[in-house]
Amino acid sequence: MKIVKLPKKNFAEFINRLNIFGEIHAPTQRRDGSYVFAPVRDCSEIALDCTRTILPLKKYFFKPLEVMFNFCAERGYQIPHREADKKYIIFGVHPCDIHGLKIIDEVFGGKYIDSYYFARRSNAIIVGIDCIPDDFCFCRSTGTDFVDTGFDLFLSDIDDSYLVRIGTSIGDDIFRAADSLFHEVEKEDREAYKRKSVQRRENFQTEIQLQDLPEIMDLEYESQLWQEIGDKCLSCGTCSMVCPTCYCYAVFDELNLDVSSGQRKRRWDSCLFKDYALVAGGHNFRAERSSRVKNRYFHKQRGFVSQYGRPSCVGCGRCKAYCPAGVDILEVVKKLRSEIRA
Amino acid sequence: MHNHQSNPECPNPYLPHPARIIRTLPQISDHLLFQMKFEGKEIAKSFTYRPGQFVMLSVIGTGEAPFSISSSPTRQGIVELCVRRIGHVTNSLFKLPPNSLVGIRGPYGNGFPIEQLEGNNLLLVAGGLGMAPLRSLLGYALDNRTKFKNITLMYGARNPDDMLFKYELLNLLDRADINCLLTVDNDESGIWKARVGVVTELFDNLEIDSSQTYAAICGPDVMFRFVLKKLLERNFSKDRILMSLERNMQCGVGKCGHCMIGYKYTCLNGPIFTYWDAINLPEMI
Repeated sequence: MKIVKLPKKNFAEFINRLNIFGEIHAPTQRRDGSYVFAPVRDCSEIALDCTRTILPLKKYFFKPLEVMFNFCAERGYQIPHREADKKYIIFGVHPCDIHGLKIIDEVFGGKYIDSYYFARRSNAIIVGIDCIPDDFCFCRSTGTDFVDTGFDLFLSDIDDSYLVRIGTSIGDDIFRAADSLFHEVEKEDREAYKRKSVQRRENFQTEIQLQDLPEIMDLEYESQLWQEIGDKCLSCGTCSMVCPTCYCYAVFDELNLDVSSGQRKRRWDSCLFKDYALVAGGHNFRAERSSRVKNRYFHKQRGFVSQYGRPSCVGCGRCKAYCPAGVDILEVVKKLRSEIRA
Repeated sequence: MHNHQSNPECPNPYLPHPARIIRTLPQISDHLLFQMKFEGKEIAKSFTYRPGQFVMLSVIGTGEAPFSISSSPTRQGIVELCVRRIGHVTNSLFKLPPNSLVGIRGPYGNGFPIEQLEGNNLLLVAGGLGMAPLRSLLGYALDNRTKFKNITLMYGARNPDDMLFKYELLNLLDRADINCLLTVDNDESGIWKARVGVVTELFDNLEIDSSQTYAAICGPDVMFRFVLKKLLERNFSKDRILMSLERNMQCGVGKCGHCMIGYKYTCLNGPIFTYWDAINLPEMI
């Protein structure tokens, strides 16, 4: 992979040059201290020290609420006019979120391709950046602390400069359009990168063992632990909303006031919501909160492995950071493994 | 993201195709058999399916829900859905005037593994509304009679008035190429000419070579458990017992997540599962 060097003194100009490729979105800090991906006009608005935004990138491609069809009694269902092909550059995406995006790409792709998702996804340029983990991060345990694909450009901080990996053809176009800002990578840059790599590794305070977790989950299927978490969980669905790999949605029809036309919509759903597995006639396959909590963990760490060959957790720490009841995935895994007592 | 998936030509998998309700045939109380025909000539011609598959049916203005197909793919042109009036979508469906427009997309799910079934005996065991998906397999097998060895149908209903497809099935009693065993739990009217008793009693005099037979079961949980016991007593392999499952489905194509059971999507990996699948999936039955 081609790697070039961008001195930090050229960074502001580089962001300016990105503008011709699309609308730039990047992590920005809000007044309450939290971070969100939002449009930025210049590099001063970018929160480069952001560890995690509240919502991951899925919000750009898989909208929290969207119209699937317009319908009317005479003509049935019509696909709404596609929004103009607006190009986005999403800057400052961390490796865990790039992995999350790759997982959602896989789910929304396959035999039946989700056209809503990919219409937007194909218009986005992803510029990744490395980061220093905090105590919520466990991407090293999930094997998602490094990315090899899934970005157009990827920046690694080596103090005075960024090393920039060029991942795709469009990434190369961006580099070429601003090539006067870049330098070749030299020996001291390579050494700086290696020093940074060690420094980053040493910053991980959290490690959990996920390798044989599927088997342990099967063994602990009847564990009392699920009841304990069920008692704690509020069924609020926050963990699903902030999760970079949660993709469940609910479909519903809304009638206009003329009572003969309307819209079919979908919105983010959560497997923790009470009516998630409810069927017509009133039978609820997961009426108990504990069974819903268990299902969520099983899907992420067990079911997804069977279906897609890897767990769907990317170690971003959001579910732990934002759970209002203090449910902590790291603690759950450690209890499952009896590393700490339930 | 620069790959084939960005192709704007790819069809929208959620788009319901306009279809018309051409006939509704009353079955038992609160159950109707809807005969539907696609409006588009192309899809009307190309639409085919496997017994055991389902479609997503939209009632315009109300919503969408999954329904197993009751007709056989050997009878082209018309899709039949046997529907119980039980929820939001079905309530609206029952209120539609004749000749109404609805939306259908599919077919979805795996369906019965027909190629595997061919050359074997078939044992179909249904209880209550379970006859709805099994009727597709039954119709297919009867229309391709030479491809199967002995065919046995066991169907139990609470009483004669609760038996789906009653007259159609009674006509099978006289046929030599199918062993049709119909039973009701009770018959207060006294006019019922077939058996009275529960489905599992039909096994008492049944001679069947379990190594050459596939059993397809569809019905309420209680019936399922008793029938399963009978089949295992007769040394049926767990791979030769097939069942159709119901779950909440909102997309039908493995995206929305609702029909997940353990490690599988009912809509993609099912709704037909073997008993071996069932043992290995938590909370399946």
